[in-house]
Formats: sequence, C-alpha cells, structure tokens
Amino acid sequence: MNPKRRKLLITTIFIVLGAGAAAAFALMAFQENLLYFYSPLQVAKGEAPVSRPFRLGGLVVHGSVKRDPHSLAVAFELTDTVEKIGVRYDGILPDLFREGQGIVANGSLTDGVFVASEVLAKHDENYMPPEVADAIKAAGGAVPTTHLRERQN
Amino acid sequence: MIPELGHFCLILALCLALIQSIYPLLGAARDNPAWIALARPAARGQLGFLALAFVALTYSFIVNDFTVAYVAENSNSQLPAIYRISAVWGAHEGSLLLWVLILGIWTFAVTIFSRNLAEVFTARVIGVMGLVSTGFLLFLLFTSNPFRRYFPAPPDGADLNPLLQDPGLVVHPPMLYTGYVGFAVVFGFAIAALLGGRLDAAWARWSRPWTTVAWLFLTLGIALGSWWAYYELGWGGWWFWDPVENASFMPWLAGTALIHTLAATEKRGVFKHWTVLLAICAFSLSLLGTFLVRSGVLTSVHAFAADPTRGLFILILLGIVIGGSLLLYALRAPGIAGGGAFEFISRETLLLGSSVLLTVAMASVLLGTVYPLIVEAFGFSKLSVGAPYFNSVFVPLMIPVAILLGLGVLTAWRADDWGRLWPRIWPIALGSGVLGVALIVMLAEAVKLQTILALILALWIAGAALSSLWQRLRRDGWETPAGYLGMTLAHLGFAISIVGICITSHYSRELHERMGAGDVVELAGYQYRLDAIDEIEGPNYHGYRATAGVTRGGRSVADLHSEKRVYTVRNMPMTEAGIDAGLFRDLYISLGEPLDEGTGAGDWSIRLYYRPLVRWIWLGAIFMAAGGLLAACDRRYRVQVKHAATEASRAAAPGRA
Repeated sequence: MNPKRRKLLITTIFIVLGAGAAAAFALMAFQENLLYFYSPLQVAKGEAPVSRPFRLGGLVVHGSVKRDPHSLAVAFELTDTVEKIGVRYDGILPDLFREGQGIVANGSLTDGVFVASEVLAKHDENYMPPEVADAIKAAGGAVPTTHLRERQN
Repeated sequence: MIPELGHFCLILALCLALIQSIYPLLGAARDNPAWIALARPAARGQLGFLALAFVALTYSFIVNDFTVAYVAENSNSQLPAIYRISAVWGAHEGSLLLWVLILGIWTFAVTIFSRNLAEVFTARVIGVMGLVSTGFLLFLLFTSNPFRRYFPAPPDGADLNPLLQDPGLVVHPPMLYTGYVGFAVVFGFAIAALLGGRLDAAWARWSRPWTTVAWLFLTLGIALGSWWAYYELGWGGWWFWDPVENASFMPWLAGTALIHTLAATEKRGVFKHWTVLLAICAFSLSLLGTFLVRSGVLTSVHAFAADPTRGLFILILLGIVIGGSLLLYALRAPGIAGGGAFEFISRETLLLGSSVLLTVAMASVLLGTVYPLIVEAFGFSKLSVGAPYFNSVFVPLMIPVAILLGLGVLTAWRADDWGRLWPRIWPIALGSGVLGVALIVMLAEAVKLQTILALILALWIAGAALSSLWQRLRRDGWETPAGYLGMTLAHLGFAISIVGICITSHYSRELHERMGAGDVVELAGYQYRLDAIDEIEGPNYHGYRATAGVTRGGRSVADLHSEKRVYTVRNMPMTEAGIDAGLFRDLYISLGEPLDEGTGAGDWSIRLYYRPLVRWIWLGAIFMAAGGLLAACDRRYRVQVKHAATEASRAAAPGRA
C-alpha cells in the first residue's frame, strides 16, 4: 500500500470508528430517555410501566386539588372523563394549572399514585394538549369544547 | 381597502418571483443575456411589493382593523402600540410574511453586492432564491393568507399572546429569520455553482461572507430567544431542549460546520462535496425549523392552529428543496474536481474532524426532535424525548470539538509536523490545565470533575486562539486580516459561553419556597426577604407585585420585583421575574401561585435562584456575532473577481499535479 492510500485508510477508519461510537452512544442515551405518553384509562388497565418514568395527561378533576398548608406539596386527580388517577407533586405548579384544565405531567407510578417530577400546562388558556384531547376521545369521552381554541374560520 | 391592496401586492410579488426564477435560470442555461438581465429588476420589484404588503398588514394592526381575521386573532384595542407592530409577526401568517420579506431583502442585497460576480452566476443565484420565494408565496396565498377578512368583524380582538408582549419578542423573530433566510443565499450560491458545474475556490470565497452574516444573525437570534425564555417564562432556565429551540439550533450547528469547511474550500480547494452538502443541509434545516415552529406540528408556545393542508404543503416544499438539490448534486458530483493534497497533521484534517463532529451533534439533535413526530405520524404511541438525552449526547460531543478547535488554530494548512507543533501546544495545554484546576479549587464551592474539564477546555480554546493571533500579529502587524481577528473573537466567545453554561449548570442554587410577607430565606449566602405583595393594575392586565430585598452580610444588595399578571382579554396569567443581573451572578425571584384560597394577600409559592455566570452564555454569543461581523467585513471579500479567479486556479493546481 502506498503511503497516500495508507493515510486515506487510516483517516477513513478513524472517522468511521468515531462516528460509529458516537452513534451507538447516542442511540443508547436515546433509548433510555424516551418518555411514552399514557392516559388515565391506560394506567387503570395496567398498561403503564411501573419502574420507568412516563407522561400522564388529562383534565384536572374539579374539586380534587388539595394543598398542604405548610409546604408546596399538592395532590390532585387527572381524568380522561372515564378513569381518574391521583397525582402527587411537590413544587410550583405552572401558571395555567387550574381545575378543568388539560395538563401533562412527567413522573412515575408508586403504589397506584402518580408521583410527578414536573407538571406542564401550556401557555394558552383555551389550549388543550393534543395528547390529552386524543386520550379523552380514545376513552370515549367528549372533549370539553370550551377548551378548544376555536379559530374564526 | 388596505388589506385588499396588501393581498394584491402579494400576488404581484408572486408574479415577479416567477419571472425572477424562470427567466434568469433559463437565460443562464441558454445563454440569453436579455433574460439574464431580468434577474435584478425582478428581484428588486418583488421586494417592493413584499414591503408594501408588509406595510399594509402593519397598518391593519395599527388601526385595529378587526375585519382582518389575522388581526382579530392576534391583537386588541387595549394592546400597547409597539406590541401591535410586533404582533404582525406574532403568529403563523404574519411571521411567514416576515420570512418572505426578509428573503426579498437578502435577494436585494445580492443584487447590490454581486458586481464582482459573473452575470450568469448572479442570475442563477437570484433565480434559485426566486424559486424559494415562489414556494413561500404560494404557501402564504393558498394556505395562510394574512389578509383574509372575517365578517361580521368581532367587536374587539383576541389579543396577542401575553408571553409575546415583551421587548424581547420585538427583535427575536426578525433576528432569527434573518439568520434562517440568510442560508437561502448560501443555498443559492451552492445550487448556482452546481448548475454551472463550477464548484471552485471562487465559489467558496463568494459564499463565505454571506454564510458568516447569516450565521451571526442566527447566533444573535438564538441567544435572544434563550435570554427571553430566561426572564419571561419565569422558571429561570435558559435552554430546555424544546423542539422549538432545537429547530433553530440545528441550522446553527450545520452553519457553524459550513463556515469552517468553506474556509478550507476557499484556501485549499478541498472538501468541495462536503461543503456543498453542508450548504444544502443548513438551508434545509432552516426550512424545517421555520415550519416546525410555526406550522402547529409541535405542541409548544410557538405553535398555532394545526391545519393538515399546511402540513402537506410544507412536506411537499421540503421534499422539492431537499430532493431537488440532492438530485442536482448527484448529477454533478462526478464532475467536481478533487482539491489540493494535505497531510494527516494539517489544519484541513482538524477542520474536517470538527465539522463531522458538529454534523453528528446536529444529527443527534435532529433525531431527538423529529423522531417523536414521525412515530406519532405513523400512528404508533405518543412519546417525547427528555432533556437528559440531549445533554448526555451533545455535551460529550463538544469535548473533542473543543480540543480540535484549539489544535486547529495552531496547526498550519496543508502540512505541519509534530516537532513544530508540540512546543506551541504544551505550554497552552499545561497552562489551561493548571489554571482550570486552580480556579475551580480556589473559587468554586464544590470541586467537580465536569466543571474542571469544561474550564480547562475553555481556557485551552482561549489560549490557543490568543496565541495564534499573537503569532499572526507578530508576522503581519497591521496587515493582519480582519477575518483572523474575527475568528479569534468568535473562538473566545465560544470559550466564554462554555464557561457560562458549565458554571451556571453546576453551581446554580434554587429554592421553591412557601413565603408570606416578612419571610426570609437564605440562598447561596444571600438573604432574600419578601417585603410585600401588592395588587397592581396595568394597561391590559391586573395582578400582584412582590417586592423582595436581598442582603448579604447585613448589606443591601438588590431590590427585586416580580409580578404575576393576568391579562384580561385572554384571562391568561403571566409571570414577570425579578432579576438583579450581574457579570458574575444573577439573583432571580419569581412569583409562583397564591396558596391561600381566593386571595393573593397570603402565602405564595416563590422561586428563588442564584445563578453564577449566567450572563456569560449570552456574552459569548455576542462575542461570536461580533467576530462574525468582523470576519464578514474583511476587505479581501471586496477585491476584484479577477484576483479571486487566479487564486482559485492556483489553489486547485496541486490537486491535479
């Protein structure tokens, strides 16, 4: 092999190995960090994973929000109009968190209660997270129309 | 009447865009000088009509013409005047109009600054940009007409999203779009060069200043967006790996790689294939970014109503741009001559390595951003990719980039040898190692391996950049090109951002507390005392305002004011954070929610932050942008084309030998 070929070969091997290692590494991290979305109905049926974090979405049940008087701990229920799942959270709820609002929470199941690490409500008072709207439809419920932004067309 | 005129102007702009694309491209193919000559006037005329359309829409906003549906959906008679103007680009239709307008301005700039270029080449560039403009105008007119009337007109508008009622939003989208659209020029140059079959050093030289200017606007736009999120979203983060942020970050990564390979292509005639692919890639990602953000595909702050026809149109447009340009590349690739030879130890190798790494980083971000959309589109499960993925993939990739960056500026073009390099490398490596460890051990409250590593890398980059600048200054004195100074400045900016990102991520302190008036909380040596929570009344909102005094060691440091506003029209709450900004630390407080039922006078949940060096993140971006500006102003881009041509043939010569 002449030196030029050899150099090219070394460079190519170097690049392929580097890119391959990076890709393998990326895909591993990717697999570990996929968060799947489940609806309260799916959780009630036992389809949601137990040891792994996932996203839970639904409407905040009216009258279900209970705050601890001395800390930031809060408990509430999420529903897809069919099933209800209790959620516990210790932290500051987003501006748009309110009863009847569609929200999404990240966290995992512990003894039948969803312990949330993060609660997300999108920044629009009429906005329904599409996952939540679909979950309600899939559960056979009616999406509360006041929550859908009606465009004037 | 005015909206109809605006609509009519858009249609005329479309007609001119068609003329601007068809005649110059055909003229260049058939060697018809009269057709080629149409390029400039058509482009300028198109800009004129686009500007008129934009003015018409702005006028409708200023006079509160709620018969225009877009105005009714995004403005309100109570909205302050400045936000009525920025509301023009506050949602999908208007921001697309802004996009096309900026494309028109860039094309206009090409018609002005192309006197040194061959007429045929310029005609092709303008023609390709005309095609892009045609696609966007069709999209605007058929799916997203901003001038659509709505009768009967609502008595008042639905108001601009309160999140967007902020000075940051007035400038963030135009900056970002100027960056995105700037890559259309680079794309135009690449396609024109492919069409003409001449992918040479002259092409790279012409592309460079345009790429750099587009990149610097994109840099500023991303930094502004990050800064805006930091103070406006009220939860103190500066980057969330949100799909919308990723959408602007991907073209930036591709553009950064492109800037560097363009340098190699211009100086040494190498990596032509790679450079042209990166140019196509950067523009395609800009298109993807524009559409991801505004089309409603993504569920986020930036997304608006989802409309399936829009999605389809977007996919077709993306398919044409990416597919068409790659097809053209495939047809022309065999004819592209190889560049000059280079040794393994050379700046070329290092530039290639870092551009590949940047592209891999871009691909990893693309995977995390687009994969959930694709899975969902095919009806499988709904999922999202968490921020830890991006951090665990992206951050390690930046380590070799930083190492290569330092080596790259120290290494000579074509061939260098280890014996010459080593004496230049080791003092910088040793110095940054010792200084990095010392700084963390002396100044930081906790010694962490990651922060030491990041600081060493930042010092390594800065040291290498300054050392190579010093060498250059000693050799060339006042003759040192502005481009070299710009490069050094940008690399210093990168180092500054690394320090800011790393220190903020590892040494920030935050507390979520339940507090009432008079309560004191200690955080990172500062005492935050909540003095009062008062009711306030604004022009289009009402709410509460917290006043907090911060003291340290008994001395008053800052008074912070955070507000919780409820914008009346949309009944939407918003948080205004109270920040005491400093070069070395930010003190940050933001109101969460009232915890006592029915009253805002009792306890509130409150976020408190201490963020060291957070300003460095954006300071670094300003350095990068300033470096880009300096590099783009280099006088050698203004010298005559003949000079460039001779140098090109010289650069290409060793490859054939």
